Amino acid sequence: MKTNQGLIRRRRIANGFFLFLSVGAAGFGLIWLALILYALFSEGFSAINPKVFTEITPPPGEDGGLINAIVGSVLMSGVAVLAGTPLGLFAGTYLAEYGRYGRLAFFVRFVNDILLSAPSIVTGLFIYEILVAPLHGFSGWAGAASLTVIVIPVVVRTTENMLLLVPNGLREAAAALGAPRSNIIRAVTWRAARAGIITGVLFAVARISGETAPLLFTALNSSFMNKDMTQPIASLPVVVFQFAMSPYEDWHHLAWAGALLITATVLTISIIARLLEPKRH
Amino acid sequence: MADIALHEQMISVPERAQAVARGGAGDIRFKMVTLAAALIVMGIFAGVILSLVIGAMPSIKAFGLPFVWTDKWNPVTEKFGAWPSVFGTLVTSFLAMFIAVPVGIGIAIFLTEICPRLLRRPIGIAIELLAGIPSIIYGIWGLFVFAPWFQVHVQTPFIDAVADIPVLQDVFAGPPYGIGIVTASLILSIMILPFISAVTRDVFETVPAMLKEAAYGLGCTTWEVMWRVVLPFARAGVVGGAMLALGRALGETMAVTFVIGNAHHMPHSLFAPGTTISATIANEFTEALGDLYAPSLFYLGLILFFITFIVLASAQLMLRALERRAGT
Repeated sequence: MKTNQGLIRRRRIANGFFLFLSVGAAGFGLIWLALILYALFSEGFSAINPKVFTEITPPPGEDGGLINAIVGSVLMSGVAVLAGTPLGLFAGTYLAEYGRYGRLAFFVRFVNDILLSAPSIVTGLFIYEILVAPLHGFSGWAGAASLTVIVIPVVVRTTENMLLLVPNGLREAAAALGAPRSNIIRAVTWRAARAGIITGVLFAVARISGETAPLLFTALNSSFMNKDMTQPIASLPVVVFQFAMSPYEDWHHLAWAGALLITATVLTISIIARLLEPKRH
Repeated sequence: MADIALHEQMISVPERAQAVARGGAGDIRFKMVTLAAALIVMGIFAGVILSLVIGAMPSIKAFGLPFVWTDKWNPVTEKFGAWPSVFGTLVTSFLAMFIAVPVGIGIAIFLTEICPRLLRRPIGIAIELLAGIPSIIYGIWGLFVFAPWFQVHVQTPFIDAVADIPVLQDVFAGPPYGIGIVTASLILSIMILPFISAVTRDVFETVPAMLKEAAYGLGCTTWEVMWRVVLPFARAGVVGGAMLALGRALGETMAVTFVIGNAHHMPHSLFAPGTTISATIANEFTEALGDLYAPSLFYLGLILFFITFIVLASAQLMLRALERRAGT
């Protein structure tokens, strides 16, 4: 019995030790994340004032805001979502409704999931090569195109997942009524999966609102109020990058303000998306 | 077709046949549209590879494969080699994984077994939301808050402490800049931490409660249940999730570019500034003049895409195998 007691004690000690480690890991990890949010909100809020939303990015040493970057980000993200959503929706529909177990669907799925986590800077190089270099100029359209390339895989992935959640009984019931396949998809499965698909689009918006790398050499930047998509155009993430890396104190403040705006946008959109998301089982 | 008959009671046979035919044609058209969209996804992928290869061609012709392990990067003499960038990418990613994987698994264990039930959901949701925060936020925090603190409170005392220890004094040699390889790795690890925790927690939750209860019933401690039942069961999923995180870390641009220091020589110590593939491209692309500069950056992009492709593809294959197992 004696050895048994010793064994039990050893196991208890090991248990306590490792559980303590994992609580420690959780505390350690969460503290860093809390520190980041704290710095972001304290620095960001002190830098935000009405001028941020009314004036354009200033030269160093002068007062100004971020309105041209905000407008640029909204424009390019808007175009990217408008272009990427239908494409992603149709491709996701193909995977879930037509391809399913086919060889083509397998490859598309594989490629899509690679694109989903591929380095976004490579997307920038791709758009540079096909849009910027041939047309001899950086432009808002090129920026929007590079964001579209990021939107598509997100929408494809969620669309397919959400359509697969729709019970086959619904499809069969509609087919039994004599509805053609395309009608079944549009009127029954899309409708049943609507909330999930909208969630996917929202996640895509959240994802691109902070994307910096692909815009660096597609949309470039602009220190003027530019709404012409054929010209280089400012965006919040690129301005944050440029201003943060600069040696000027007042630019740093604006960078924090921009970073806070980006985070607030992303958090708001993801919270809305989570509220809409159908329950996972 | 029922509604057609209802609304227009006197519908003729040829008209009805026409309506059915229209439906059939629309059906095929719709399928073709979805197929085209799916092919466009493939096209984008092929386009990415092709554009990288075409963009890199002059540099591939000039330097060939030795480009990968050449450690010179001199835009003035147009001599380019990828090794400092490749080395930086690999080292920062692996250091980041080295920290983030154990801590992430710890958080997942905490969330599934230890955390009071009331706090599980809020902390879980908080972690998922943090996983969505753009990397530029981590970068700006690293530059303004973390690097200065790290320089004063960690680097300086650390360098002093290891000054007389044979191997460590070389690994951590040099003045404390604040920014550098270690700083970038730490920021990267904080960035991928929520992602790893969220994926691992999801995988842990797929472990059947019956298995855990059986182990508890045999008298296992919580740790033994986690180590001998939950982790082995969830191994493929955890590894797959970690590989996805590695894929992100390898290709991450903004979190690294802020704090790596952008130095184009081989870092002589882990505290020294270095560079990564993505940081090099982000910093230099718009200023790349000359016939070989931009193509060399494309070549770097191609190498990066190749590395991440391998990592992501293996992650996918593992996760797919897991799904199939769960499906049967």
